[in-house]
Amino acid sequence: MKLLSFLFSSTIGRKLVMALTGVLLIAFLLVHCGINACIYFMDGGATFNAAAEFMSYTWYIRAMEIGLFIGLILHIVQGLYLTATNNTKRAQKYAVNGSNANSTWYSRSMGLLGTIILLFLVVHLKHFWVESRFAHSINEENTLFNVMTVVFQDPMVVVIYVLGCLSLAYHLLHGFQSAFQTLGINHKSYTPIIQSIGTCFSIAIPLIFASMPVTMYLGLIH
Amino acid sequence: MTHDMNIKLKVWRQENTQAPGRFEEHQVVANPDMSFLEMFDVLNEQLIEAGKDPIAFDHDCREGICGMCSMVINGRPHGPKRGITTCQLHMRSFKDGDTITVEPWRANAFPVIKDLSVNRNAFDRIIASGGFVSVNAGNAVDANAILIPKEIADEAFEAATCIGCGACVSACKNASAMLFVGAKVTQLSMLPQGQPERESRVVAMVNQMDAEGFGACTNTGACAAECPKQIPLSVIANLNKEYYKAKLNGK
Amino acid sequence: MKLDAKIPQGPLAEKWTNYRSSVPLVNPANKRNLEIIVVGTGLAGASAAATLAELGYKVKAFCFQDSPRRAHSIAAQGGINAAKNYQNDGDSTHRLFYDTIKGGDFRAREGNVYRLAEVSANIIDQCVAQGVPFAREYGGTLSNRSFGGTQVQRTFYAAGQTGQQLLLGAYSGLERQVGIGNVKMYSRHEMIELVVIDGKARGIIARDLVTGKLERHFGHAVLLCTGGYGNVFYLSTNAMGSNVTAAWKAHKKGAFFGNPCFTQIHPTCIPVSGHYQSKLTLMSESLRNDGRIWVPKKQGDNRHPNDIPEEERDYYLERRYPAFGNLVPRDIASRAAKERCDAGYGVGSSKMAVYLDFRYNMVNKYGRAEASKKGIENPSEDVLVALGREVVKEKYGNLFDMYKQITDEDPYEVPMRIYPAVHYTMGGLWVDYELQTTVPGLYALGEANFSDHGANRLGASALMQGLADGYFVIPYTIGNYLSKEIHTKAISTDHEAFVAAEKAASDRINQLMKIQGNKSVESYHRALGLIMWDKCGMARNEKGLNEAIQEIRALREDFYKNVRVPGKIEEFNPELDKAGRVADFLELGELMCLDALNRNESCGGHFREEYQTEEGEAMRDDDKYAYVAAWEFANDSWNMHKEELHFENIKVQQRSYK
Repeated sequence: MKLLSFLFSSTIGRKLVMALTGVLLIAFLLVHCGINACIYFMDGGATFNAAAEFMSYTWYIRAMEIGLFIGLILHIVQGLYLTATNNTKRAQKYAVNGSNANSTWYSRSMGLLGTIILLFLVVHLKHFWVESRFAHSINEENTLFNVMTVVFQDPMVVVIYVLGCLSLAYHLLHGFQSAFQTLGINHKSYTPIIQSIGTCFSIAIPLIFASMPVTMYLGLIH
Repeated sequence: MTHDMNIKLKVWRQENTQAPGRFEEHQVVANPDMSFLEMFDVLNEQLIEAGKDPIAFDHDCREGICGMCSMVINGRPHGPKRGITTCQLHMRSFKDGDTITVEPWRANAFPVIKDLSVNRNAFDRIIASGGFVSVNAGNAVDANAILIPKEIADEAFEAATCIGCGACVSACKNASAMLFVGAKVTQLSMLPQGQPERESRVVAMVNQMDAEGFGACTNTGACAAECPKQIPLSVIANLNKEYYKAKLNGK
Repeated sequence: MKLDAKIPQGPLAEKWTNYRSSVPLVNPANKRNLEIIVVGTGLAGASAAATLAELGYKVKAFCFQDSPRRAHSIAAQGGINAAKNYQNDGDSTHRLFYDTIKGGDFRAREGNVYRLAEVSANIIDQCVAQGVPFAREYGGTLSNRSFGGTQVQRTFYAAGQTGQQLLLGAYSGLERQVGIGNVKMYSRHEMIELVVIDGKARGIIARDLVTGKLERHFGHAVLLCTGGYGNVFYLSTNAMGSNVTAAWKAHKKGAFFGNPCFTQIHPTCIPVSGHYQSKLTLMSESLRNDGRIWVPKKQGDNRHPNDIPEEERDYYLERRYPAFGNLVPRDIASRAAKERCDAGYGVGSSKMAVYLDFRYNMVNKYGRAEASKKGIENPSEDVLVALGREVVKEKYGNLFDMYKQITDEDPYEVPMRIYPAVHYTMGGLWVDYELQTTVPGLYALGEANFSDHGANRLGASALMQGLADGYFVIPYTIGNYLSKEIHTKAISTDHEAFVAAEKAASDRINQLMKIQGNKSVESYHRALGLIMWDKCGMARNEKGLNEAIQEIRALREDFYKNVRVPGKIEEFNPELDKAGRVADFLELGELMCLDALNRNESCGGHFREEYQTEEGEAMRDDDKYAYVAAWEFANDSWNMHKEELHFENIKVQQRSYK
């Protein structure tokens, strides 16, 4: 354990935790997005429900879910810690801030974006994950697909989801390539490729996610 | 013939480290061919002749290499142009009638000494913790006994051009010193001479960096964008990599 | 007092070896009890402090900047010479020695210069071992380039930032010792008095520039590595803070000043653009390889340079010195530029500049070569310019960018305007072979001493000397003194000599603060600079020098009546720091004029208009002036002592570049 104590004691160690858990969460997003996109088969949610069932009742998926939550919590805790401590490093702030000329606003706002995503996540987990894992309200009659159609009837919920996805997009836009930089991967020939993939990922995944509540609200999915 | 410019300056005044600071406004007539620091010389001479306290600011070589000058100009270290220090910035980069706000480097690790002068000894202590090759005078082998491929030498040189001015820290929202530390670690980790202390060096320097109160890197890239010597962001990735390797080897 | 340079006996090539083998040593246990003060942390100071600490001495290092890494050695561009003969082109220790003596116009000491050439190779080894990233060839070996005044390629370099890389190497060695605790570093501290006890240097009074408080520091020996005094001219390529104060205080406490009038004026600097100008920027000597220097043939020609046809241009260096052309040594190129401008042929708004034009070589040398490489038949002028431009960009791109940044003119399109500027001072504290001044226990290293460059320094030799002194000379020679000091216990800083020295320093500060006149320190510095530049600059004459002495005295008197130093003593007060330095320059300026007046000959950087050949070349007088003029301070006047120079291994001859 002593060998790994740097993960919680040094700035670079803490950043490594952020990067590793970030990559884990990126992988999760890909899976999550893939499964949810099954609603677009227009089969009344049959494929989607089957996939959701598989994810819910397979023991090793459940085991991985625990890992995912540990990663998520680490990402949140380290992120909040780093944001909070970083904010103390300049007690006297600049009166004029020219940072738009040297960096993007979202790269400087990861703490804020992450917090918005966290708030969204609470709502999101309440809507679906709590229902399926703990409330046991989801069954043959009341499938996850059905729950979705109901939840996304509320325009406020749709707005919250779209905003959550937007925050996620900007969070990823910086976070994706930042994770590789933190992991020590920066090379003049492959870093541009990583950055391009990162940009595509950061736009595509949140866009697909955001399309779901919107299309469901508009009644385009059946 | 060039025309004089009327410039309004809002300058940070702070008597000493403990005193609270404030902005003070001054009007200066500048010439477009003047350097930014020469404009301050003119202003200071006016202040002295008027019996007022001149503005303290750090400067020395005035040719962009010593790393002593340090002003945040309209929110940007070393001013609006990239790849130069404040002493190489000329008034022609501004317009007649402009209002320019000038602040010191701001970071807890760089306490203000007076007005625009700050204390950057933290950088020296980081170098003292490991930014060297331990070789006493007289121990060296013939210089050509160590062959170094040109590409490696050039890349190490690029990292070694850091002037230690601290613009990276001042630009970073977290006041992180990763670009400074990364530059030195990269230079020495690339060269054969730096190998024996490669792992102990990076750990010692990062520990010292953290102890000095610099923030963590969040990869915004502001440091590299504002670096007057254009040290690339890749030195930070390299620093991370070197640090993990050393840590996983139990250093 | 008879000056003894203490040159070891024996053949030239064996002097240093013999010296090292016989010099008394200090055992490691005793070293730990011996304290050494090092003032200045440039190449000489940082390397000396680090090396002495490595040997086990207790070292205290001082610099006025915020960090030792800022010392002005950092600004050296071109390179560092070493007799490595890596190019297999016939270089040797003797050849480097010969070039340096000849380049210095036969006014340097043979013994010192030979030792410099001897240890030059070790410097490169040491720097490489420290991780200094010198330029390399594809095979991994070190790369060399050529520099003025030599026929071999012996200059090692790191792009245009050799000084920076070498200083950072020495600085890292110094910081390593700081980290271990062998060196105590005092940055933002300025030495303002030397403490002498029983005739020996025993410490300094330093002012903490942040708090303004005076501090007493004891040392068994004191090393001054404080650089040159070019800023006496106000405008120079030196850093703003470069000053003579530490050396001057030592001078006033008994250290003789050697050849103070020997200053190097560098021919290729960006000219002054206005009265507000604070500093001059050098354009590397290497530009003269491809740039042709000219002025219009017609006086006061105001046409744009590109509108002046070829036949109306005067390439005066090529005309006067057909053998060397644009590559004559620095002193000659500088004087020739001044001569043209004084005669009314100068260019630019100030008329105090000449053109350095790359177009000819861009087209004919590089353009044509590239065209033939690419197989372009009968290329047009535009094509040649475009092709040549790329080559020039690769060679000098960063210098061209810097020029454009400062002047807002594009040197690819318009010729550069250049003018000579003060760059280096060959004079300095007189030292013997051991680098010891006339005050026992007080040493001077690097540019602060007078020893190795005679009347003119060759390019890429300043870095060599600074590091030679610090890494390889002082660690041996100081042993000869300290081996006799092992029984000297650390002297309490309550000793009356410390008290008196601090009081003298404090009185001087109080005196400056009390004046509260109406003129800024800067205005006096500027006025002094003008006098020095006009009358003790590139060309000097008896009348001018006599006038200069009177003017400097009057200026000094005015300074002590009307200067205004704002702020308080015990606070961070850069104006007060500057006032102290300018006060010392006001005294040094007079001594420089006196020395120039005494030397009735022209040699190297010292050109007395009365002593020139019919063609306007410098005329040396070896019978009367083959000596070092070492000046002793004697209560507001000076006594001159001569150290005769003997050339036993080299034939003294007139330099000719025709």
